Amino acid sequence: MTILLFGVTKDIIGSPSLSIPSSSITGKKLPNNVGELRTFLGKAYPELNSLSSLAIAVNNSYADDDTEVNSYDEIALIPPVSGG
Amino acid sequence: MIPDLSKYKRQTLLKSFGLDKQSKLLESKVLIVGLGGLGIPVGQYLNAMGVGSLGLMDNDTIALHNLHRQVLYSEKEVGRLKVEVAARKLKEQNSQTSITAIPKFLDKDNALEIISDYDLVVDASDNFSTRYLVNDACVILNKPFVYGALHDFEGQVSVFNYKNGPTYRCLFPNRPKAQEIPNCDEHGVLGVLPGIIGNLQALEAVKVLSKVGEVLSGKLLLFDGLTQKSRLVQFKENPDNKNISRLQERYGSDSCSTAQTIRTEDFFEDKEPKQLIDVRSKAEFNSGHLEIAMNIPLQELEDGLGKIDLERPVYFVCQSGKRSQIAAQRLSELFPESTLFSIEGGMDQISTVCR
Repeated sequence: MTILLFGVTKDIIGSPSLSIPSSSITGKKLPNNVGELRTFLGKAYPELNSLSSLAIAVNNSYADDDTEVNSYDEIALIPPVSGG
Repeated sequence: MIPDLSKYKRQTLLKSFGLDKQSKLLESKVLIVGLGGLGIPVGQYLNAMGVGSLGLMDNDTIALHNLHRQVLYSEKEVGRLKVEVAARKLKEQNSQTSITAIPKFLDKDNALEIISDYDLVVDASDNFSTRYLVNDACVILNKPFVYGALHDFEGQVSVFNYKNGPTYRCLFPNRPKAQEIPNCDEHGVLGVLPGIIGNLQALEAVKVLSKVGEVLSGKLLLFDGLTQKSRLVQFKENPDNKNISRLQERYGSDSCSTAQTIRTEDFFEDKEPKQLIDVRSKAEFNSGHLEIAMNIPLQELEDGLGKIDLERPVYFVCQSGKRSQIAAQRLSELFPESTLFSIEGGMDQISTVCR
């Protein structure tokens, strides 16, 4: 699963994208939906939990927490940005 | 007076634009909120292309460190009001445009009155308080607005509240707290980036006004200057976000909080039963608390909302009065109608008073 990072999430995680290996390799349970993905990423990067709003897109569509995610999906983390 | 359209010849020659689209621009009134890095290209192009009326709104003055991206201003204008300098230069650029300089920041007291005079708003501001205020005011007044914002080498562009389309809150429901997302002052910005994003905003504004092309409504454009990659993310409206009938009491940042505080003496003077929430950690709470207090640690405040009766006044307490202030401020943003107090000086003060 590829996760593209925008705005401050890029700074928090420290790279422009993140790759989550599939479960068959690591044996760990992978997130099945966007809500689980939020929790999963929040555990790995607690600073993400402090964001009041963080939009998540699955395959270029805004997704709510019930949206299913699969290993071949392209995910994007999109926080608001304020500069002007 | 019949306007001279010859100066727009090169764009009216475009088959899909033509004189009818040009006259739509000439009849339009656009408010540009913020005359910084984004607002300048928006103002220059909308003015050059023949938008009939432009309102320029900002109360900031030109600083030397603005010049690398705010390319309308020059060194000798440092210290002068941005809107005054911009209005003068834009009048020279196109004498046919009616230009109004509004040397004010948009706030909850002037937003509705000012925005109601315009057909379209361009949010070229540089802070979340203004962005959420622009959103809410435009939703109340049913005006579309063109959004543009930057972070690092990235930009975001969209058109919100266009023909019943989604709003800024459909994408980002909650306003970030102070310090959560860095701004350009802290984070820095490459001079050309606001130029690119501002020009994309100008393009969307022209499309909305002249009704050409596909307006960027329900789509967020993400532009990455480092890779020259653009991406469109689709999103839908959440009808709840259209349900705004009045502005919030506050759009200010947490750092200049005006959440109500109450002195310890006053809290105890009135013997009425009160709803007191202790926002310290469980361990702190267990080591000693007021009898009537209920513990909801600050980090769990949003999850613990069900336990709070917002119909009644809510009093917050912590150790020193700092966390309780944050709690009251946070809830006041979510529930502007509620009555919220933070007990000044917290448990430290209470233990002195009650000794």
